[in-house]
Amino acid sequence: MPFNVVEDASTGSDSDYSSTWISWFLSSKGNEYFCEVDEDFILDRFNLTGLNNEVANYSQALDLITDSLDEDIQDELRGSLDVQARLLYGLIHARWIVTARGLQKMLEKYKRADFGRCPRVLCASQPLLPVGLTDIPYEKSVKLYCGRCEDLYSPKSSRHGSIDGAYFGTTFPHLLFLVYPTLLPSKDPETSMHVTGKETNTLGDSRNRRRLREEPEAVTEGGGEGISTASVAMKAERYRPRIYGFQINEIAKLQRWQEAVRDRQIARLEALEEKNP
Amino acid sequence: MSSRQASVSDPRPPEDEEHIDGAGEGDEVMEEVEMQEEGYTSSTPTSTLTWISWFCSLPGHEYFCEVTEDFIEDDFNLTGLNTMVPFWKEAMEMVLDVEPEDEDTSKIPDVSIVESSAEMLYGLVHQRYILTRAGLQAMVSQVSFSTTSSVPFHIHVHFFYLDGTSANPLNFPSQLLFYQQAEKYESGVFGSCPRVYCVGCNVVPCGRVDIPGNDTVKLYCPNCNDIYVPPSSRFQGVDGAFFGTTFPHLFFQTYREWAPAPFWKALTTGGSPLSPRSPGTQPAPRQPTFVNPNQHGGQKRAAGYVYVPRIYGFKVSERAKSGPRMQWVRLRPESPEELDMVDWRGRWINEEDEYDDDEEEEEEDRQMEDFDPVGFV
Ligand SMILES: [Zn+2]
Ligand SMILES: [Zn+2]
Repeated sequence: MPFNVVEDASTGSDSDYSSTWISWFLSSKGNEYFCEVDEDFILDRFNLTGLNNEVANYSQALDLITDSLDEDIQDELRGSLDVQARLLYGLIHARWIVTARGLQKMLEKYKRADFGRCPRVLCASQPLLPVGLTDIPYEKSVKLYCGRCEDLYSPKSSRHGSIDGAYFGTTFPHLLFLVYPTLLPSKDPETSMHVTGKETNTLGDSRNRRRLREEPEAVTEGGGEGISTASVAMKAERYRPRIYGFQINEIAKLQRWQEAVRDRQIARLEALEEKNP
Repeated sequence: MSSRQASVSDPRPPEDEEHIDGAGEGDEVMEEVEMQEEGYTSSTPTSTLTWISWFCSLPGHEYFCEVTEDFIEDDFNLTGLNTMVPFWKEAMEMVLDVEPEDEDTSKIPDVSIVESSAEMLYGLVHQRYILTRAGLQAMVSQVSFSTTSSVPFHIHVHFFYLDGTSANPLNFPSQLLFYQQAEKYESGVFGSCPRVYCVGCNVVPCGRVDIPGNDTVKLYCPNCNDIYVPPSSRFQGVDGAFFGTTFPHLFFQTYREWAPAPFWKALTTGGSPLSPRSPGTQPAPRQPTFVNPNQHGGQKRAAGYVYVPRIYGFKVSERAKSGPRMQWVRLRPESPEELDMVDWRGRWINEEDEYDDDEEEEEEDRQMEDFDPVGFV
C-alpha cells in the first residue's frame, strides 16, 4: 500500500492507489478546494524557489508528489513525509493558482461552485472563491471570498475549515477578478429572491433614482475595458432591520451613514471616470 | 414529518442522528448544533412528552422554543389565526394534547392534514409568543452569547441536549465550558455568523416576511446587521414566518448588552477598521470596559474589521474596475459623533470636511493590527 496515511483523510477509493500521488490527494475527502497543478509547473525548479526552506525533507517530499520516491525511503519516513508532501503541494498550489493556467483551472471549479455559495441571503447563492488571510503556512485556515458582497466567510464544513489558507494565498480571488473583470458578479438583487422586492423601493430618497450604469451580464472572459463599475454599489440590496415595520433608530442611522460613505465613493469614482474616460 | 405516534415506543424522536452529521457537504457545520444520541436516551420518556415538546425536538425544529400552554389557551393571543388554519379545533386539540371531545372524526380525512394544521397553528402562535416578555426569555435560553470572542470559532461547538441540559462539560477544554448560568445562555442553538470578521457573533432566527408559505427561516447577525441562510439543509423546510420579521430586533432591543454598538475603533492606537495586512498571532489585548453613550443603543463592543482585498500584498485600489465597492456595507465610524455627520436624508452635513478621506484611509491602513479572528488548528 503506497500511502499509509495517519489522517482519516485518505478515503480515496482503491482505484486511486494505482494513480499518481496528486490524483490521490485531489480525490481525498476534504481536498475539494484544490485544483491539479500541472506536472510541468512542479518540475520547473524555478517555480519552487525558496520552498526548500519551508518544507522538511524537501527533496523526498517532492519525489513523493511527483511519484518518483524510492520505495526504501518511503518506509522509514512515511508518516512525516506525507505531512511534508501535503505542505509542499499546498505551497506549490498557492503559486500555481496565480499563474494564467492555474487561474483557468480554478475558474472551472468556480463555475461549478466547487467552493460553495455565499451564505448571505441577498447574495442569492453567489459562488465563492477560496482565499487565505496570510501567505504564511500554519497561521490561518482557508476562508471563502464572495465577489458579490466582497466579504469573507468561513467554510461550512469542518474538513474545509481546517485547510491551511496559505495553500490558496491572499491574492488569488482578487487576481482572478482583476484578470477577468467581466466575471465580476452583479450587485443587482434581480437574481435574488423576490420576497422583499419592495425593499429596494422603500429606500425612499433620490439616491435611489440615480441613473445606474449597465453592468456586464454575460460571463465572458477577457476584455472588459468598456465596463464601468463606478456605481455598481447602488444596485446592492441590503437588509433593513424593522420592529413591527418600523426601522430601528440606531441601526437606521448607521445604515444612512454607510450609504453616505457609499455615495461619496461613487461620486469619487465617477469624477475619476470623467477625467479619464 | 413523521407522526409522533411512531415514536411512542421509542425513547428517541424519529429521524434524528442521520441529519446531524452524515448529510454530507454543507451539512457539517462550523457552528452546527450537535445533538448526541445520549441526549435522547437520557431525556424524559416519550410517553410523557407533550406534542409541543415533541414538535420542538424534531430535526430542523431546534430554533423553536416551547410556547406555554396558557399562552395558547388565551384566545386573545390567537386573534385572527383561526382563519389561517384549517381544522382549527382539531389542530388545537392536537397541539394541547387534548383528547377529541366527540368521536366524530369522520369529517377529518387524514391525521396528517390535522398534523400540518397543528404545525401551522403552532408556528403562527410561536411568531407571536417570541415577541412577548416570556417568549423572549425562552429564546434567550437558546442563545449563546459567549464573551470569549477570542475563542477560535471552528472549535466553538455548542453541545446541548433536547431537554435543555448541557452536554457533559468534561468532554471539552475548560475554557470552552458553557458558563452554566441559571438562564442557560450558553446552549447556542442558533449558531454564529458565518462572516469571518464578525468573529463568531451569535445569530438569532428570523423571517423575511410574516405571512407563512413565502420563505424559509433565516439567521440575523446583530454585528453585521445582515441575514444568512442557515448552514444545514434541515432548516430548509422551516417557515420563516414562524419566527417573523420583528423578533431579532425586539430581542436585541430588549437585551442591549448583546447588541453591538454602531461605532468601532481598533483597540490598538491608530487603528483602522480595514483589516490588517498580516493578522497577528498575539493574544487580543485586554479590553477596557465598553460604553455606548447612547443608552438606548447597543452596549456591546462591535467586531469592526472590514475585509481589504490585496494582490501580492498591495491593497486593490478602488480605481481598478475590480476594486472594492462594498466595504461601506460593513463599515462603522470610529465614534458615535460621526454618525451625526449624515442627515436624515443620508447626506453629509458638511461635505467639504468629509470629502478627501481617500489619503487618510491609505495612511491608516499602513498600521498593522494585532488581530486574530480565527485560530488555526
Ligand atoms: Zn456574498
Ligand atoms: Zn455577522
